Amino acid sequence: MPLKTNSTNTARVPIVEKILSANEQMAALNRAQLDQHRVFSINVMASPGAGKTSFILQTIKALASRFRTGVIEGDTAPVTIDADKITAVGMPAVQINTGGDCHLDAVMLRDGLLQMPLDEIDLLVVENVGNLICPAAFALGTHINVLIASIPEGDDKPYKYPAIYRGVDVLIINKVDLLPYVRFNMDYFRQGVEMLNPGLVTFPISCTTGEGVPAWVSWLQERVETAALMPPETPGDN
Amino acid sequence: MHELAVTESILNLAEQYARQAQAQRVTDLYLIIGRLSSIVDDSVQFYWELISQGTLCEGSKLHFQRVPARLICLDCTGEYTLDGELVPCPTCGSSKVKVTSGDQFYLDSIEIEKNGDAPASQS
Repeated sequence: MPLKTNSTNTARVPIVEKILSANEQMAALNRAQLDQHRVFSINVMASPGAGKTSFILQTIKALASRFRTGVIEGDTAPVTIDADKITAVGMPAVQINTGGDCHLDAVMLRDGLLQMPLDEIDLLVVENVGNLICPAAFALGTHINVLIASIPEGDDKPYKYPAIYRGVDVLIINKVDLLPYVRFNMDYFRQGVEMLNPGLVTFPISCTTGEGVPAWVSWLQERVETAALMPPETPGDN
Repeated sequence: MHELAVTESILNLAEQYARQAQAQRVTDLYLIIGRLSSIVDDSVQFYWELISQGTLCEGSKLHFQRVPARLICLDCTGEYTLDGELVPCPTCGSSKVKVTSGDQFYLDSIEIEKNGDAPASQS
Protein backbone atom coordinates (compact mmCIF):
# COMPACT_ATOMS: atom_id res chain seq x y z
CA MET A 1 0.00 0.00 0.00
CA PRO A 2 1.65 3.29 -1.02
CA LEU A 3 1.79 5.88 1.70
CA LYS A 4 -0.19 8.82 0.40
CA THR A 5 -1.19 11.70 2.53
CA ASN A 6 -1.90 14.17 -0.28
CA SER A 7 -5.20 14.01 -2.09
CA THR A 8 -3.38 14.66 -5.37
CA ASN A 9 -0.13 13.52 -6.85
CA THR A 10 1.82 14.86 -9.76
CA ALA A 11 3.21 13.09 -12.76
CA ARG A 12 5.29 13.99 -15.78
CA VAL A 13 3.71 12.85 -19.04
CA PRO A 14 6.18 12.57 -21.93
CA ILE A 15 4.74 13.74 -25.24
CA VAL A 16 7.52 14.61 -27.72
CA GLU A 17 5.07 15.49 -30.45
CA LYS A 18 5.31 18.29 -32.99
CA ILE A 19 3.15 21.21 -31.96
CA LEU A 20 1.53 21.35 -35.38
CA SER A 21 1.14 17.58 -35.77
CA ALA A 22 -2.65 17.90 -36.18
CA ASN A 23 -2.06 20.18 -39.16
CA GLU A 24 0.42 17.69 -40.57
CA GLN A 25 -2.08 14.86 -40.28
CA MET A 26 -4.60 16.92 -42.21
CA ALA A 27 -1.93 17.79 -44.77
CA ALA A 28 -1.34 14.06 -45.30
CA LEU A 29 -5.07 13.61 -46.00
CA ASN A 30 -4.95 16.45 -48.53
CA ARG A 31 -2.03 14.78 -50.26
CA ALA A 32 -3.89 11.49 -50.42
CA GLN A 33 -6.91 13.19 -51.93
CA LEU A 34 -4.78 14.97 -54.55
CA ASP A 35 -3.00 11.72 -55.43
CA GLN A 36 -6.28 9.88 -55.71
CA HIS A 37 -7.44 12.43 -58.30
CA ARG A 38 -4.04 12.39 -60.04
CA VAL A 39 -3.50 16.08 -59.40
CA PHE A 40 0.02 17.47 -58.93
CA SER A 41 0.08 20.45 -56.63
CA ILE A 42 2.37 23.31 -55.74
CA ASN A 43 2.21 25.75 -52.82
CA VAL A 44 3.44 29.21 -53.81
CA MET A 45 4.72 31.35 -50.95
CA ALA A 46 6.23 34.84 -50.98
CA SER A 47 6.06 38.21 -49.32
CA PRO A 48 3.33 40.63 -50.49
CA GLY A 49 4.25 42.15 -53.83
CA ALA A 50 6.84 39.57 -54.85
CA GLY A 51 4.75 38.74 -57.92
CA LYS A 52 2.90 35.57 -56.91
CA THR A 53 -0.17 36.17 -59.05
CA SER A 54 1.85 37.29 -62.11
CA PHE A 55 4.06 34.23 -61.71
CA ILE A 56 1.07 31.92 -61.47
CA LEU A 57 -0.57 33.48 -64.52
CA GLN A 58 2.63 33.12 -66.56
CA THR A 59 2.97 29.52 -65.45
CA ILE A 60 -0.56 28.38 -66.21
CA LYS A 61 -0.65 30.20 -69.55
CA ALA A 62 2.62 28.58 -70.61
CA LEU A 63 1.29 25.14 -69.68
CA ALA A 64 -2.27 25.69 -70.95
CA SER A 65 -1.82 23.51 -74.04
CA ARG A 66 -0.70 20.56 -71.88
CA PHE A 67 -2.46 20.80 -68.53
CA ARG A 68 -5.68 22.05 -67.03
CA THR A 69 -4.66 24.02 -63.98
CA GLY A 70 -6.79 25.01 -61.01
CA VAL A 71 -5.80 27.75 -58.61
CA ILE A 72 -6.68 28.11 -54.96
CA GLU A 73 -6.15 31.64 -53.73
CA GLY A 74 -5.52 32.36 -50.07
CA ASP A 75 -6.42 35.88 -49.10
CA THR A 76 -6.77 37.61 -45.77
CA ALA A 77 -9.66 39.74 -46.99
CA PRO A 78 -12.76 38.86 -49.03
CA VAL A 79 -11.52 40.46 -52.25
CA THR A 80 -11.48 38.46 -55.47
CA ILE A 81 -8.89 40.50 -57.37
CA ASP A 82 -6.45 37.60 -57.73
CA ALA A 83 -9.11 34.93 -58.30
CA ASP A 84 -10.70 37.09 -61.01
CA LYS A 85 -7.41 37.23 -62.91
CA ILE A 86 -7.28 33.43 -62.94
CA THR A 87 -10.87 32.89 -64.08
CA ALA A 88 -10.25 35.51 -66.79
CA VAL A 89 -7.82 33.07 -68.45
CA GLY A 90 -10.40 30.28 -68.30
CA MET A 91 -9.05 28.23 -65.41
CA PRO A 92 -11.01 27.26 -62.31
CA ALA A 93 -10.20 29.38 -59.27
CA VAL A 94 -11.33 28.98 -55.70
CA GLN A 95 -10.78 31.70 -53.17
CA ILE A 96 -10.20 30.95 -49.51
CA ASN A 97 -10.65 33.89 -47.20
CA THR A 98 -8.52 33.24 -44.15
CA GLY A 99 -10.50 35.75 -42.10
CA GLY A 100 -7.42 37.78 -41.31
CA ASP A 101 -5.14 34.83 -40.64
CA CYS A 102 -1.66 35.30 -42.02
CA HIS A 103 -1.30 31.89 -43.65
CA LEU A 104 -3.18 28.97 -45.13
CA ASP A 105 -3.30 25.79 -43.12
CA ALA A 106 -4.18 22.25 -44.12
CA VAL A 107 -7.78 22.55 -42.93
CA MET A 108 -8.34 25.66 -45.05
CA LEU A 109 -6.85 23.90 -48.06
CA ARG A 110 -9.19 20.96 -47.43
CA ASP A 111 -12.14 23.36 -47.72
CA GLY A 112 -10.68 24.71 -50.95
CA LEU A 113 -10.20 21.21 -52.38
CA LEU A 114 -13.88 20.44 -51.76
CA GLN A 115 -14.82 23.31 -54.07
CA MET A 116 -12.25 22.53 -56.76
CA PRO A 117 -13.24 20.18 -59.64
CA LEU A 118 -10.26 17.88 -59.04
CA ASP A 119 -11.20 15.41 -61.78
CA GLU A 120 -11.00 18.19 -64.36
CA ILE A 121 -7.52 19.42 -63.56
CA ASP A 122 -3.96 18.05 -63.78
CA LEU A 123 -2.18 20.73 -61.80
CA LEU A 124 -3.24 22.63 -58.72
CA VAL A 125 -1.50 25.86 -57.78
CA VAL A 126 -2.10 27.14 -54.27
CA GLU A 127 -1.33 30.82 -53.76
CA ASN A 128 -0.55 31.24 -50.10
CA VAL A 129 -1.04 34.46 -48.16
CA GLY A 130 1.73 37.00 -48.78
CA ASN A 131 4.00 36.50 -45.78
CA LEU A 132 7.49 35.08 -45.20
CA ILE A 133 6.98 33.89 -41.63
CA CYS A 134 3.72 32.11 -40.98
CA PRO A 135 3.19 29.97 -44.11
CA ALA A 136 6.55 28.29 -43.44
CA ALA A 137 5.17 26.54 -40.37
CA PHE A 138 2.01 25.06 -41.88
CA ALA A 139 2.30 22.13 -44.28
CA LEU A 140 -0.62 21.96 -46.72
CA GLY A 141 -0.04 18.56 -48.30
CA THR A 142 1.03 19.91 -51.69
CA HIS A 143 3.73 18.04 -53.63
CA ILE A 144 6.20 20.89 -53.79
CA ASN A 145 6.68 24.16 -51.94
CA VAL A 146 7.78 27.11 -54.06
CA LEU A 147 9.19 30.33 -52.65
CA ILE A 148 9.33 33.49 -54.73
CA ALA A 149 11.92 36.04 -53.69
CA SER A 150 12.03 39.28 -55.62
CA ILE A 151 14.92 41.64 -56.22
CA PRO A 152 13.42 44.80 -54.63
CA GLU A 153 12.89 42.95 -51.34
CA GLY A 154 16.64 42.95 -50.77
CA ASP A 155 19.41 40.38 -50.60
CA ASP A 156 19.17 39.80 -46.83
CA LYS A 157 15.91 37.86 -46.77
CA PRO A 158 17.39 34.35 -46.32
CA TYR A 159 19.23 35.69 -43.26
CA LYS A 160 16.14 37.29 -41.77
CA TYR A 161 13.57 34.60 -42.61
CA PRO A 162 15.53 31.33 -42.40
CA ALA A 163 12.54 29.08 -41.66
CA ILE A 164 10.84 29.61 -45.01
CA TYR A 165 14.09 29.01 -46.92
CA ARG A 166 14.64 25.77 -44.99
CA GLY A 167 11.38 24.19 -46.08
CA VAL A 168 11.04 24.86 -49.80
CA ASP A 169 11.75 22.67 -52.83
CA VAL A 170 12.12 25.42 -55.44
CA LEU A 171 13.23 29.03 -55.29
CA ILE A 172 12.13 31.59 -57.86
CA ILE A 173 14.07 34.87 -57.95
CA ASN A 174 11.61 37.23 -59.60
CA LYS A 175 12.05 40.71 -61.10
CA VAL A 176 15.65 40.10 -62.23
CA ASP A 177 15.04 42.80 -64.86
CA LEU A 178 15.36 45.28 -61.95
CA LEU A 179 18.90 44.17 -61.03
CA PRO A 180 20.56 47.15 -62.79
CA TYR A 181 18.49 49.59 -60.74
CA VAL A 182 18.49 48.03 -57.26
CA ARG A 183 21.34 47.35 -54.87
CA PHE A 184 21.14 43.58 -54.59
CA ASN A 185 24.20 41.41 -54.01
CA MET A 186 23.29 38.15 -55.69
CA ASP A 187 26.32 36.31 -54.27
CA TYR A 188 25.39 37.31 -50.71
CA PHE A 189 21.76 36.30 -51.28
CA ARG A 190 22.69 32.95 -52.78
CA GLN A 191 25.20 32.24 -50.04
CA GLY A 192 22.43 32.56 -47.45
CA VAL A 193 20.16 30.29 -49.45
CA GLU A 194 22.92 27.72 -49.91
CA MET A 195 23.63 27.56 -46.18
CA LEU A 196 19.97 26.99 -45.32
CA ASN A 197 18.97 24.72 -48.17
CA PRO A 198 22.00 23.31 -50.03
CA GLY A 199 21.50 22.65 -53.73
CA LEU A 200 18.03 24.26 -53.79
CA VAL A 201 16.63 24.31 -57.33
CA THR A 202 16.59 27.99 -58.29
CA PHE A 203 15.17 29.88 -61.27
CA PRO A 204 15.97 33.58 -61.76
CA ILE A 205 13.07 35.01 -63.78
CA SER A 206 11.23 38.15 -64.74
CA CYS A 207 7.48 38.00 -65.15
CA THR A 208 7.70 41.37 -66.95
CA THR A 209 10.19 40.41 -69.66
CA GLY A 210 9.56 36.66 -69.56
CA GLU A 211 13.26 35.98 -69.00
CA GLY A 212 13.86 32.63 -67.29
CA VAL A 213 10.21 31.63 -67.30
CA PRO A 214 10.60 28.84 -69.92
CA ALA A 215 13.26 27.08 -67.80
CA TRP A 216 10.96 27.03 -64.78
CA VAL A 217 7.96 25.97 -66.85
CA SER A 218 9.77 23.06 -68.45
CA TRP A 219 11.08 21.93 -65.04
CA LEU A 220 7.54 21.98 -63.64
CA GLN A 221 6.13 20.27 -66.73
CA GLU A 222 8.57 17.42 -66.26
CA ARG A 223 7.62 17.08 -62.61
CA VAL A 224 3.90 16.97 -63.43
CA GLU A 225 4.41 14.44 -66.21
CA THR A 226 6.65 12.24 -64.06
CA ALA A 227 4.05 12.26 -61.30
CA ALA A 228 1.35 11.31 -63.80
CA LEU A 229 3.36 8.21 -64.78
CA MET A 230 3.47 6.98 -61.19
CA PRO A 231 1.11 4.10 -60.45
CA PRO A 232 -2.21 5.31 -59.07
CA GLU A 233 -2.80 5.13 -55.33
CA THR A 234 -6.17 3.48 -55.76
CA PRO A 235 -7.06 0.57 -58.07
CA GLY A 236 -9.55 0.95 -60.89
CA ASP A 237 -7.86 3.80 -62.74
CA ASN A 238 -7.60 3.10 -66.48
CA MET B 1 1.19 36.35 -36.56
CA HIS B 2 0.53 32.65 -36.40
CA GLU B 3 1.04 32.45 -32.65
CA LEU B 4 -2.68 32.05 -31.95
CA ALA B 5 -2.87 28.98 -34.19
CA VAL B 6 0.28 27.61 -32.58
CA THR B 7 -1.08 28.25 -29.08
CA GLU B 8 -4.35 26.50 -29.92
CA SER B 9 -2.38 23.51 -31.16
CA ILE B 10 -0.38 23.37 -27.92
CA LEU B 11 -3.62 23.43 -25.93
CA ASN B 12 -5.25 20.68 -28.01
CA LEU B 13 -2.20 18.47 -27.73
CA ALA B 14 -1.81 19.00 -23.97
CA GLU B 15 -5.51 18.38 -23.31
CA GLN B 16 -5.47 15.20 -25.36
CA TYR B 17 -2.53 13.73 -23.41
CA ALA B 18 -3.84 15.03 -20.08
CA ARG B 19 -7.20 13.30 -20.60
CA GLN B 20 -5.48 10.06 -21.57
CA ALA B 21 -3.51 10.25 -18.33
CA GLN B 22 -6.71 11.05 -16.41
CA ALA B 23 -5.24 14.30 -15.16
CA GLN B 24 -7.20 16.63 -12.95
CA ARG B 25 -5.21 19.52 -14.22
CA VAL B 26 -2.04 20.41 -16.08
CA THR B 27 0.47 22.50 -14.14
CA ASP B 28 3.43 22.84 -16.51
CA LEU B 29 4.17 22.43 -20.20
CA TYR B 30 7.67 22.02 -21.60
CA LEU B 31 8.20 23.24 -25.16
CA ILE B 32 11.33 22.77 -27.24
CA ILE B 33 11.73 25.48 -29.86
CA GLY B 34 14.69 25.72 -32.23
CA ARG B 35 16.15 29.12 -33.01
CA LEU B 36 15.31 28.72 -36.68
CA SER B 37 11.60 28.37 -35.91
CA SER B 38 9.87 31.70 -35.97
CA ILE B 39 7.70 32.01 -32.91
CA VAL B 40 7.36 34.80 -30.37
CA ASP B 41 7.30 33.42 -26.82
CA ASP B 42 5.55 36.46 -25.35
CA SER B 43 2.69 36.22 -27.82
CA VAL B 44 2.19 32.53 -27.13
CA GLN B 45 2.16 33.29 -23.41
CA PHE B 46 -0.40 36.05 -23.92
CA TYR B 47 -2.74 33.84 -25.94
CA TRP B 48 -2.17 30.95 -23.55
CA GLU B 49 -3.62 32.78 -20.59
CA LEU B 50 -6.70 33.67 -22.63
CA ILE B 51 -7.49 30.38 -24.29
CA SER B 52 -6.54 28.01 -21.47
CA GLN B 53 -9.27 29.42 -19.22
CA GLY B 54 -11.84 26.82 -18.35
CA THR B 55 -9.65 23.95 -19.59
CA LEU B 56 -7.47 21.40 -17.81
CA CYS B 57 -4.57 23.75 -18.55
CA GLU B 58 -5.98 26.79 -16.79
CA GLY B 59 -3.31 28.41 -14.63
CA SER B 60 -0.53 26.25 -16.03
CA LYS B 61 2.93 27.54 -16.86
CA LEU B 62 4.62 27.39 -20.25
CA HIS B 63 8.35 26.66 -20.25
CA PHE B 64 10.19 27.47 -23.45
CA GLN B 65 13.48 25.73 -24.02
CA ARG B 66 15.19 27.49 -26.89
CA VAL B 67 17.58 25.25 -28.82
CA PRO B 68 20.38 27.11 -30.60
CA ALA B 69 20.97 26.66 -34.32
CA ARG B 70 23.95 24.35 -34.92
CA LEU B 71 25.75 23.96 -38.21
CA ILE B 72 28.49 21.70 -39.49
CA CYS B 73 30.93 22.85 -42.15
CA LEU B 74 31.16 20.37 -45.01
CA ASP B 75 34.62 21.63 -45.99
CA CYS B 76 36.55 21.68 -42.68
CA THR B 77 34.01 19.55 -40.69
CA GLY B 78 34.04 22.17 -37.92
CA GLU B 79 30.83 22.62 -35.98
CA TYR B 80 29.51 25.98 -34.83
CA THR B 81 26.55 27.58 -33.12
CA LEU B 82 24.77 30.67 -34.39
CA ASP B 83 24.55 33.46 -31.85
CA GLY B 84 22.61 35.77 -34.08
CA GLU B 85 22.62 36.07 -37.82
CA LEU B 86 23.33 33.22 -40.17
CA VAL B 87 27.05 33.27 -40.99
CA PRO B 88 29.43 31.08 -43.01
CA CYS B 89 31.85 28.74 -41.21
CA PRO B 90 33.83 30.93 -38.77
CA THR B 91 36.87 28.66 -39.11
CA CYS B 92 37.36 28.43 -42.87
CA GLY B 93 34.75 30.82 -44.29
CA SER B 94 32.96 28.19 -46.35
CA SER B 95 29.24 28.49 -46.97
CA LYS B 96 28.99 24.76 -47.72
CA VAL B 97 27.36 24.03 -44.41
CA LYS B 98 24.55 21.89 -43.09
CA VAL B 99 22.10 22.84 -40.37
CA THR B 100 22.10 20.02 -37.81
CA SER B 101 19.82 21.57 -35.19
CA GLY B 102 17.50 24.53 -34.79
CA ASP B 103 14.27 23.49 -36.52
CA GLN B 104 12.75 21.90 -33.39
CA PHE B 105 9.15 22.80 -32.68
CA TYR B 106 7.54 20.35 -30.30
CA LEU B 107 5.83 19.76 -26.99
CA ASP B 108 8.23 17.65 -24.98
CA SER B 109 6.17 16.84 -21.88
CA ILE B 110 3.56 18.07 -19.45
CA GLU B 111 3.35 17.97 -15.69
CA ILE B 112 -0.06 16.94 -14.42
CA GLU B 113 -1.92 16.53 -11.16
CA LYS B 114 -3.94 13.40 -10.58
CA ASN B 115 -6.46 12.55 -7.97
CA GLY B 116 -4.63 10.60 -5.25
CA ASP B 117 -7.80 8.77 -4.21
CA ALA B 118 -7.63 6.65 -7.28
CA PRO B 119 -5.67 3.42 -6.87
CA ALA B 120 -2.03 4.18 -7.64
CA SER B 121 -0.90 2.44 -10.77
CA GLN B 122 2.57 0.93 -10.74
CA SER B 123 2.71 0.31 -14.48
